[in-house]
Amino acid sequence: MADRYTINLDGSDVAFADGETLYEIAERHRKEVPTLCYDPRLEAFGACRLCVVELEGARNPVASCTTLATPGMTVRTGTDKVERYRKTLLELVASENREIDVDPLAGHASQELKALVDRYEARTGRFQGRQSGASREDDANPFILRDYDLCISCNRCVRVCAEREGDYAISVKGRGFDTQITTEFSGPLEDSDCTFCGQCVHTCPTGALADRKALRHADVPGEIEKTRTICPYCGVGCSVDIMTKDDRIVGVQPAMDGPANLGALCVKGQFAYDFVQHEERLKTPLVRGDDGVLRPASWDDALDRAAEGFRRVERKHGPAAIFGVASGRAPHEAAYAMQKLMRAGWGLNHIDNCSRA
Amino acid sequence: MSNPLEDMEKPDVIFCIGTNMTECHPVAATRLKRALAGGAKLIVADPRKIRLADISDVYLPLRVGSDVALLLGMGHVIVRDGLENTGFVEERTTNFEAVRDHLRQVDMGWVSEITGLPAADVERAARLYAGAERGALYYTLGITEHICGVDNVQSLCNLVLLTGHIGREGTGINPMRGQDNIQGAGDCGALPNNYAGFQPVDDPANQQKFKELYGREVSLERGMTKVTALERCGESVFGMIIDGENTLVSDPDRHHCERALKSLDHLVVIDIFLTETGELADVVLPATAWGETDGVCSNTERRVQRLRAAVPPAGESKPDWWIVSQIAQRLNIDGFEYESARDVFNELCAVSPIYNGLDWERIAEGEYHWPVPDKDHAGTPILHQGEFKNGRGILTVVSYRDPAETISAEYPVWLTTGRRLESYHTRTQTGRAQGIDYLLPEELLEIHPDDVATYGLEDGGWAKMASPRGEVIIRVRATDRSPPGTVFSSFAFDDVPVNVLTGSGYDPITHTAEMKVCPVRIEAAEAP
Ligand code: SF4
Ligand code: SF4
Ligand code: FES
Repeated sequence: MADRYTINLDGSDVAFADGETLYEIAERHRKEVPTLCYDPRLEAFGACRLCVVELEGARNPVASCTTLATPGMTVRTGTDKVERYRKTLLELVASENREIDVDPLAGHASQELKALVDRYEARTGRFQGRQSGASREDDANPFILRDYDLCISCNRCVRVCAEREGDYAISVKGRGFDTQITTEFSGPLEDSDCTFCGQCVHTCPTGALADRKALRHADVPGEIEKTRTICPYCGVGCSVDIMTKDDRIVGVQPAMDGPANLGALCVKGQFAYDFVQHEERLKTPLVRGDDGVLRPASWDDALDRAAEGFRRVERKHGPAAIFGVASGRAPHEAAYAMQKLMRAGWGLNHIDNCSRA
Repeated sequence: MSNPLEDMEKPDVIFCIGTNMTECHPVAATRLKRALAGGAKLIVADPRKIRLADISDVYLPLRVGSDVALLLGMGHVIVRDGLENTGFVEERTTNFEAVRDHLRQVDMGWVSEITGLPAADVERAARLYAGAERGALYYTLGITEHICGVDNVQSLCNLVLLTGHIGREGTGINPMRGQDNIQGAGDCGALPNNYAGFQPVDDPANQQKFKELYGREVSLERGMTKVTALERCGESVFGMIIDGENTLVSDPDRHHCERALKSLDHLVVIDIFLTETGELADVVLPATAWGETDGVCSNTERRVQRLRAAVPPAGESKPDWWIVSQIAQRLNIDGFEYESARDVFNELCAVSPIYNGLDWERIAEGEYHWPVPDKDHAGTPILHQGEFKNGRGILTVVSYRDPAETISAEYPVWLTTGRRLESYHTRTQTGRAQGIDYLLPEELLEIHPDDVATYGLEDGGWAKMASPRGEVIIRVRATDRSPPGTVFSSFAFDDVPVNVLTGSGYDPITHTAEMKVCPVRIEAAEAP
């Protein structure tokens, strides 16, 4: 019964698992089927029709993201016919959108439309050039820019909010490219159930929803670099990518393959990163002078003072008079070194961390 | 957590007690909401009508500090109606008879009186949880920050052991950690009772092991907790080193705390900002921040993950491990010749059985949950499968105690404290993030509209709130998320130092402060 679990994909027989869509199979075989309304984390929606493929026996091309594979199907993913169809669709989208070239700081998926329009050479040229007029400039929230002139009604934002966040803060009526977006958005996000997790921003394929905080750095010269790390706030341990330009942190994006969060973030992990390069950071050691004032000092002097103080306390009051508190917010290495200092230094277990408060 | 975060989508009944998950662990809450969308039932026990309560099937708005009474009531229903998992109880637990006899004597009328809950709701919750195929329990500081924190946790363990909701997918007893690496601080041995990897200090075999590793014999006696140390400042404690904690603002009873730190001969503070605590120090040492530091952290599901530096350090700041090592070297303490975070982490792995199978390179993708006893081990996402660490799970007879302070004519309102979504701890970080003020500009006292009227307050106006330890002026927000007679605020803003009020008592075993219960008096006040 070998054919029970295979389809013919572009001329080769390939296996599939129960419940897989044609798109998922094609993706696994690196077929580069274009998509716009698809996000692997969401239920397939089937609105943009860019992912069409030819299916033997079907009169018209079918949307691969919503079509479940059945044994014996014969599928072609890149025929001239579907490629022309895709190009036409993209030209339509491109002609309706005011701006295709959005800054990559706008969001994780913000380059998807631009990349496809370039791949299919679908720029019509008719509506290009920078124009002003973000459609919801009245929403003064500092995080999420809402420029519906760029919206293609893919519903990814609405679906991520409902399916992944469970917040149902936003909604869209109608479907397909002809529909104008009408939403509960008629007020500012702050008055909705929105928690400013930023998930809608990072699934938007056009930059219609954009990371307003990161875009403040759009004019900073330099390439964007990403560094994978873990959010510094709660114990969930979400994976994030820190976005930097020339040693400047310009934003944070969710890591879609983060094991603890699978692409999700909350407002803190998403937007509260700028304490790092804040002007009030402590930049040099400080030592209290005889007059009682804390003053900048060299590392050598400050470390000597730190060590000397403990030596004095030990001499006068014994080793039990010294206590160490490790941080619940510094990495392992900090806590390990601190407990070792107490144990190897004074032979006592006078060490605790800040979990008790 | 006994079970991984991904298991949050698998239970058919979820019991959340003392956890405001949508605000404190938002991304975990998204998984819980997906379980509900898939048909799971939710029981929420919390004095405040938190968001989770809105989406619950059974909501138990118990009086603050009455958790043990509620859990006794649920236990009573389970043994009374024979809902316990007999096979599990026989095979994997001890002391069942004593606990059963104790629970049988619990009077549901008494439960109702102490908790303020209708007995029928407690019964429903008990039946739902006990009857689940896969029941999962989640809790946070709402359980532990009480004088009876250990009793609370013990009572939850009893429920888990009676029903057998442990050691399988989608079950478990799951504390959610509030700080990014509080789990890790424990893993690393920053505890008065354990070496790294939770190896007890009072075990002579461990003493011998670490004598060889650290070149010095360490006392078999457990050290003091931070709470005790703060109490003894100026009496028997005279030198302290504090890393990355704004003790003064985050700890209870701020006035006491300030006196304590000021009475030290020598205080060294390591931090990324000059905090209120740093202002009291003799030496303040600048640490590199998140985003500037390579290192490791463990999340609440025991997942060991790498932190990576993306930008150079601010000014002359240095990694915490480097700073501590430099102090150690100047004190001629051996074993601090580390050259990188990797060196330190690999030493931790070598000395901790639960980390033995890990090293710096292996954790690059973050796929391991400890314990990982050796290099061939795939990690342990689910604890207590087949067997508990020490053999059988011990059921414990637990009795209810009143909070350290209860409401009185003078202090007639319960204050309970916690975190809000938009702020974190003492705001040394979120307070400096552009935009966060838009969502949370100031501290608010959440108070029921009836109480607003009773105490002659005004929504948006100001209140003076006092406990026996101090008073604060705070803005009033009327909301029915607070039940009548109970008010809520966070402790995030230095200009409204709510922790001057708290600190009425501590759990006798863990020394965790009773932050969740504090009787207060409230009256209208002028704007500050
Ligand atoms: S705002 Fe973006 S994600 Fe939402 S429907 Fe429009 S294009 Fe799609
Ligand atoms: S993004 Fe939010 S939920 Fe995730 S670790 Fe950070 S604070 Fe916790
Ligand atoms: S990606 Fe399949 S229809 Fe949009």
